[in-house]
Amino acid sequence: MTIRFEDPNRPNSYIGRTVPRPNAGKLVAGRGRYVDDIVLPRMVHVAFVRSPHPHARIGAIETGAALAEKGVLKVFTGKDLAEICTPWEGKLAHLQGMKTPPQHPLAVERACWVGEPVVAVVGRTRAEAEAGAALVEIDFEPLPAVTDIRTALDKGTPVLHEALGDNLCFRKSNEAGEVDRVFAEAPRVVEATFKTARHTGVTLEPRVIITDWNGADGQLTAHVSNQAPHMLQVLLAGHLDIPESRVHVICGDVGGSFGLKVHVYPDEVATAAIAKIMGRPVKFASDRVEAFTSDIHARDHEATGRIALDENGMILGFDVDDWTGIGPYSIYPRTSAVEGLQVTNLIGGPYAFDHYRCRTSVVFQNKGICAQYRAVGHPVAVAITEGLVDKAAAEMGIDPIEIRRRNLIADDDYPKTTAAGLKLEGLSHHKSLDSLIEAMDYEGLRAEQKDLREKGVHRGIGIASFIELTNPSPFMYGIGGARISAQDGCTVRMDPDGSVVALTGVTEQGQGTEAIMAQIVAEAVGVSPDLVRVVTGDTRVTPFGGGTWASRGAGIGGEAALQAGRAVRQQALEVAAAMLQAKAGDLDVRDGIIVDARSGEERLTLAEVGRIVYFRGDTLPKGLPRELMQTRHFITSDYPYAFTNGVQASYVEVDTDTGFVKLLKHWCVEDCGRIINPLLVDEQIRGGIVQGIGAALFEEVCYDASGQMLNGTMADYLVPMSAEMPDMVIRHVETPTAESALGAKGAGEAGTAGAPAAIMNAINDAIRPLGGTVTHMPFTPERILRALGTITD
Amino acid sequence: MSEHFRSRIDLEFTVNGEAVELTVPAGRHLIDVLRLDLELTGSHAGCEHGVCGACTVLVDGQTVRGCLTLAAQLDGAEIWTVEGLTESGAIADLQAAFVERNALQCGYCTPGMLASAKTLVESGSVPSREAIREHMSGNYCRCTGYEAIVDAIETVARTRAGVEARVEAKVR
Amino acid sequence: MKASIGGYARAESVPHALSLLGEADGVGRILAGGQSLIAALNLGVSAGDMLVDITGIETLRGATLDGDRLVIGALTRHGDIARDPLIAEHAPLLAAAAPLIAHDAIRNRGTIGGSLAHADPAAEYPACVLALDATLVLEGPAGRREVAAEDFFLGLFETARADEEILTAILIPCARPGDRHVIREAARRAGDYALAGLAVVRREGRHRIGAFGLDDRPVLCAGAMAKWDAGDVDGMIAALAKDIDPPSDTQASASYRRHLAGVLLRRIAAELGEAQ
Repeated sequence: MTIRFEDPNRPNSYIGRTVPRPNAGKLVAGRGRYVDDIVLPRMVHVAFVRSPHPHARIGAIETGAALAEKGVLKVFTGKDLAEICTPWEGKLAHLQGMKTPPQHPLAVERACWVGEPVVAVVGRTRAEAEAGAALVEIDFEPLPAVTDIRTALDKGTPVLHEALGDNLCFRKSNEAGEVDRVFAEAPRVVEATFKTARHTGVTLEPRVIITDWNGADGQLTAHVSNQAPHMLQVLLAGHLDIPESRVHVICGDVGGSFGLKVHVYPDEVATAAIAKIMGRPVKFASDRVEAFTSDIHARDHEATGRIALDENGMILGFDVDDWTGIGPYSIYPRTSAVEGLQVTNLIGGPYAFDHYRCRTSVVFQNKGICAQYRAVGHPVAVAITEGLVDKAAAEMGIDPIEIRRRNLIADDDYPKTTAAGLKLEGLSHHKSLDSLIEAMDYEGLRAEQKDLREKGVHRGIGIASFIELTNPSPFMYGIGGARISAQDGCTVRMDPDGSVVALTGVTEQGQGTEAIMAQIVAEAVGVSPDLVRVVTGDTRVTPFGGGTWASRGAGIGGEAALQAGRAVRQQALEVAAAMLQAKAGDLDVRDGIIVDARSGEERLTLAEVGRIVYFRGDTLPKGLPRELMQTRHFITSDYPYAFTNGVQASYVEVDTDTGFVKLLKHWCVEDCGRIINPLLVDEQIRGGIVQGIGAALFEEVCYDASGQMLNGTMADYLVPMSAEMPDMVIRHVETPTAESALGAKGAGEAGTAGAPAAIMNAINDAIRPLGGTVTHMPFTPERILRALGTITD
Repeated sequence: MSEHFRSRIDLEFTVNGEAVELTVPAGRHLIDVLRLDLELTGSHAGCEHGVCGACTVLVDGQTVRGCLTLAAQLDGAEIWTVEGLTESGAIADLQAAFVERNALQCGYCTPGMLASAKTLVESGSVPSREAIREHMSGNYCRCTGYEAIVDAIETVARTRAGVEARVEAKVR
Repeated sequence: MKASIGGYARAESVPHALSLLGEADGVGRILAGGQSLIAALNLGVSAGDMLVDITGIETLRGATLDGDRLVIGALTRHGDIARDPLIAEHAPLLAAAAPLIAHDAIRNRGTIGGSLAHADPAAEYPACVLALDATLVLEGPAGRREVAAEDFFLGLFETARADEEILTAILIPCARPGDRHVIREAARRAGDYALAGLAVVRREGRHRIGAFGLDDRPVLCAGAMAKWDAGDVDGMIAALAKDIDPPSDTQASASYRRHLAGVLLRRIAAELGEAQ
């Protein structure tokens, strides 16, 4: 059975409509239940003593004063926890040559970054635990620190982990065609260097976990603000030596995640280990200051890139050398190599060309650990690609739209395997660009820009095309040995009154997972969405799944929900057919009522089917299947990833005296395949764009040369706030994937992927006539004035 | 310690219209008293240094940062949180507009946003979008990109002022 | 991040507050609006302080006229300063400065006395009182004394107020017809501490310029003032660069801040009708 998506008047047509989120009402009433809202009987609190040194040997640890403090119950060191918790290594087998040393919940011999947890202090309250932590004395012997990315592999640089031999975590080059020849012979080669600043997620809800070990029951329970409950279940079980079935992970309301909460953190594992030792609930609620040093960081890249073109502005090839610093350990279990790896895959992604080389060098350093964060690698790759394309266009006197028209892969040229090796099922770059030009009135803006420039007002228009990786298959992590699930499942159960419960392995962190699952299940079963109750984030009741990351919830979890819902509908129809002495194929379910499929005549309510099945099963034929609860799992198999595409535009005004940038407006046209809920998709894009604006203009974790963090508060790590943000116009093109009946791809990261490049190009469009360009994010007023030569010292 | 200085403070104030008497550690800030002592977990602690706005609540009719106010300073005060504002219906239109416009995603910032928005929309005039953005600029939201929040507040301000809303077109 | 304090006492009056400070063995801290102090306590910058809460002393709140001087109580909140018609009439510089400070929720608690006594070099009010040629009133065990704003700010978070004294009021010469008050700042985001800011008062052709975010303390820019009084705009910009010694931090370098100060001053001068 296929759904006639093209017919908005089809029965039960909930997929494709804006319906309100079922969980929004409780959140506006303050009735959400985030982990820090939970208080359990006998619960205690842990605070961590964190390393103040970028790199230091850990000597004697004096805990007496802390233990004597009122309200302090226990103090644990790295050695204490190592006795009951095995260390981990964030490696993937298919990333050849990758190195990373074992990491413990608390540092054992050396502390390797400012903020690494070293000692855990447990108190009756967080305040008492903090007071105790302040009294722990650790004899640190400072060691030389590695901080600079480009010199990390130099002979004179100290080796961070001696056992590994050097500071290289991972290196890979992706190469196709004849790069050296083409670049030597090309009529036009344009080169530039780029930097994307080190970011951190700054979820408004910091990381928080409550773990409880019930020794009598042999059961570990973890309430945690996390995106991947089953992954955490499996990993906690493994490292604490508990059967997976006896680890219960519950992710209720999550106050933002963006990839930050998909990783295994040493302080969270330590909290679980401490619960196992103490046999009572232990809460760790990260405060904002420790969040800055202990949450994952991301995007710390420096790259040199070249683009080769023929005399007509046709792109011949890209050649990029990317370097990234990832802190002292590769993140567990996803590894910190994936961001660089994505860069090697995604450079030049929207364009047709034959010659390609991109190398990434992933190096260790004594800073916070970098890892996957919304749009992993995309903002870096898109900035390099689109920065080079715009620079080439400017040098060749070609309009930025025109150079893209000439080079974007044609909309009818799919399926296609790119020079970088990406398998693309179907994209819509040209349609999207057409829609963008119309939405923004490109010619009108150009005319306005010209007029204003004559009056000394410097405005710029920036364009950025991009592709986005969504719906990952096991090729991303599973084949490397990581216990990260690429499949996902959904169980749909009809209750006696005809209402429906859907249990899904994907999770809700505000994107609207519960809303779209309700829509999909409602359409699949044939009931109103408000009769569908969606349950997420509980490993004991939901099918085993991967959780929500890499824009996989709608495309993978959604397809599982669709299939499970249809299976329940089919069961209900079979039962109804028996009751009505009709054929199931002649019946349909519409808005909770079994109808004659052809005439639409109402025959029976689902509630009546439920009553008979659950309470009067004796009246049904013996042996008739009557399972009104069905589980289906879905995994992609035709393509390793479902790529989406889009194009963004930014319109800015640069005050060339102060360097300040005013964002006037932003546009995005994107194609995430089948749209399940237009409003939710629009708001994913808007939120993502603003995160990208943060990257372009504001956000940067700053360290000094010794590895000390310089801006670890919200007063000096600048996140985007409402006053400076623009209004955004969002449009869509829909190219569904044929891998699933639903046809949905992901939409969560497109905004973040493209916005930094669009803004960079807009700023450069504004200031290029004055002789400056910027490629080092964030584009602070000072960096812009330095690019203009206004400030030189 | 001098006998005049106390490490625990006796307090009487009203929260959401109900009289409250309690004794708290002198250093305990308002947001912890609300969340831990009074179990009003609707308001959140986001940064505890006054920047993010997640702990914004109403004290004597004005917004304050729950993390930058010691409970000890509030003897006799009248405090309202999202729980009470919900029960009284005082912000029902704002809440409905936030849901309708999807002006929240994870919801962690929302109670603080609503408190800040309340004082803006009850002025009776219709603020410009720039004025809304400026007024809300002390409340951090990582999810929405702010536009939906501005739209929702603008809709309510216009409705309250009897001016037709003009932003509903974004909800398709 | 939980504040760790030694004790708390609520003062009923200024003499009561002074007596409490005297009992605090040198670790007394005056708690006014608390918008900087409590953030600092939460961040662990200070621990074990004996807090003397003066917010209940009603006599320290609000503005009154005393002849040709405006008297602003130290506990007058930023929001009240922004809204008080008396302040708008007699010290429009402060009325213009208050909305630039942080955000609504902060302005509803933060006080002018607290801001001045804290003496954050990036804050607006300290530079304003320099430009306004204001006088600060301090009360201590030895009685009441007045200190000119110019003599009050001694260094980074350092003022002429003794530990056992309380800043109780700010005395400001009332604006006269024809006076111009302008404050301009450049902040990355609305409500942020400015990268650079200038408060300017023009009276009868003479100028006072208070700079903030441009040194380790608020600065009265005497060199630039003299050049401006002499009608030398370019000389004024050059002199301003010497009047200030800006800090470098993760937001901006000293050179950028110095440049920005010049841009702001040139714009203020243009706004006040100076030929460029």
